[in-house]
Amino acid sequence: MKIVVCIKQTPDSEAKLTAQDGQPSWGDAPLVINPFDEYAVEGALQQKEAVDASVTALCIGPDSARDALKHALAMGADEAILVSDPALDALDSAGAARVLAAAIQKIGDAGLAFFGRQTIDNGTGLVPAQVARVLGWPLLSLVGQMTLADAEIKVERTIEEGKQTAHASYPAVLSIMQGVGEPRYPSFMGIRKAGKAEIPVWTLADLGLEAPAQIVRRAELLNPPARDTKCEIISGGSPAEIAEALAEKILAEKIL
Amino acid sequence: MNTWVYIDHFNGQPTPASWEALGLAKTLGPATALVFGQNVAALAKTALEYGADTVLLADDPALAVFSPEAFTSTLAALVSDSAPALILFPTTSRTRELAAMLSIDLASGVLVDVTGLEVLDGQVVATRPVYEGKLLEKTTCAARPQLVTLRARAFPRPAPSAGRAGEIQTVPAQADGSVVVEGFVSGQAGVSLSDAGVVVSGGRGVSSDPAEGFRLVAELASVLGGAVGASRAAVDEGYIPYANQVGQTGKVVSPDLYIAAGISGAIQHMSGMRSSKVIVAINKDPDAPIFQSAQYGVVGDLFTMIPALSEAFKKKLGKS
Ligand SMILES: Cc1cc2nc3c(=O)[nH]c(=O)nc-3n(C[C@H](O)[C@H](O)[C@H](O)COP(=O)(O)OP(=O)(O)OC[C@H]3O[C@@H](n4cnc5c(N)ncnc54)[C@H](O)[C@@H]3O)c2cc1C
Ligand SMILES: Nc1ncnc2c1ncn2[C@@H]1O[C@H](COP(=O)(O)O)[C@@H](O)[C@H]1O
Repeated sequence: MKIVVCIKQTPDSEAKLTAQDGQPSWGDAPLVINPFDEYAVEGALQQKEAVDASVTALCIGPDSARDALKHALAMGADEAILVSDPALDALDSAGAARVLAAAIQKIGDAGLAFFGRQTIDNGTGLVPAQVARVLGWPLLSLVGQMTLADAEIKVERTIEEGKQTAHASYPAVLSIMQGVGEPRYPSFMGIRKAGKAEIPVWTLADLGLEAPAQIVRRAELLNPPARDTKCEIISGGSPAEIAEALAEKILAEKIL
Repeated sequence: MNTWVYIDHFNGQPTPASWEALGLAKTLGPATALVFGQNVAALAKTALEYGADTVLLADDPALAVFSPEAFTSTLAALVSDSAPALILFPTTSRTRELAAMLSIDLASGVLVDVTGLEVLDGQVVATRPVYEGKLLEKTTCAARPQLVTLRARAFPRPAPSAGRAGEIQTVPAQADGSVVVEGFVSGQAGVSLSDAGVVVSGGRGVSSDPAEGFRLVAELASVLGGAVGASRAAVDEGYIPYANQVGQTGKVVSPDLYIAAGISGAIQHMSGMRSSKVIVAINKDPDAPIFQSAQYGVVGDLFTMIPALSEAFKKKLGKS
């Protein structure tokens, strides 16, 4: 069986972003594997022995996204596939889901597809559920801990109201959260192996797909309105007097 | 424009942002509320009180526990070629999945976690934060129905009018057994972070006495009727559960008042609370980056400042 882990490349979470002529710019900040997807890779690597599986990292992106796949390989993934095609430049989340679903089917023998919770660029958090629906596989989302048995996948999910336990059978789509544990660092050996790995590139034609229609479109990209960031430091007097003055200021904002 | 509004709930307890969605729908024309679940007839009545003109009610044991698959099939079966042009949802982990699956069944698209919305000739132009709130985009959906999930507290919450009547129409449920929910352990009670008007958060600054630090934070939150948040450092150190984490890998909150105590203001923390109306920072380091984003700051020890602030508010709010 294969566990396919879908990863995306995004600007680093430390990056300062600005909108310039409708395009995002992150200066010279690095592109990295989407932080949430590192948890998905970690989860897959933890489980691969339990189910005697191999781990395939899958990414739709430009040629530069190879680096994100190499990170997954260096962490311990067995193989990586890049889906890249000029026709995929304008892709909405449903389109990405249809392409990922086709690639998962082409990989074959995939019993599980792992996802991050959300990307930190467009950040819709839709893709895992969309892929599940396209494939007709059950969705186990927001998973922290999991136990993979022969016939059954048992998980603990974190939802707003608390923790839920649930199970489903194979094949299934899982989105993974930080409850799986901190992602491992790539080992020295892993980095060497990843450096030498061949990463096949699949085009839409390889997947037998037409470019999906882009239904959701960005009309404009904006810098958020500048906050009035002048901070008024309340000082002078005893803590009680400072607290008094601060409470006064907050009440004057008429927000309570 | 007749807008449909999905009323999200957990065991019959509505997500307050559902009413915000209903309020927004009413500014666009008549509103139809969708209430799915088991034993949720009371919720259908509440939806009428919050302004729905019609409720489509699927009350069925097959919908006792939320299942994105079953709820999607139930909803998709109600949509016809002509209607509706717009379905609104409050953003929760459930509605993200529901809207996502619907976009596949209905060959449409989802605008997620929207904070502003205009309608021009039936076409929604939605504003939403992207890149962890560092930028905003205006976005549209070319297909129908347009599926839009609204960020909690981004739109005004209407006041209910008791006893307001309207039509409740029963609709059939669709079942799906592919995921079996075995059990549930509820998180802490109290005000939900995403819906809270006030959030008081603690960070690694409590480390000299974490239990006492978060007791003080919780006391201030309780005086202000708010919820307790935390930085990831505080969560990673095990001072408080992950459910309280605010930030990029935690919850996104937009309260009217956010008080950060012993939190340095890392970019990943800021992405979870940037849209708060008023930010107050308490930190003993005058150079902590959090002060750059705060309206009010106190340079001092949280272990003395938080209880002093609780006392001050108790007095002023007449709670002593
Ligand atoms: C991919 C990624 C995702 C992340 N996601 C999140 C997230 O979702 N949420 C999040 O919060 N972080 C997140 N982080 C972590 C983030 O980068 C910071 O490490 C974290 O926010 C720091 O928490 P902190 O401010 O409590 O701790 P610190 O940075 O250690 O700050 C502690 C502060 O407390 C002050 N202090 C100490 N003692 C006192 C006292 N007695 N009284 C008053 N002040 C005191 C100090 O001056 C200091 O400013 C993420 C990081 C990465 C890389
Ligand atoms: N271009 C992509 N290539 C591979 N996986 C992706 C891509 N976009 C999204 N995903 C996966 O879907 C998850 C949710 O993404 P999103 O719905 O865009 O927030 C991510 O955490 C990834 O696991």
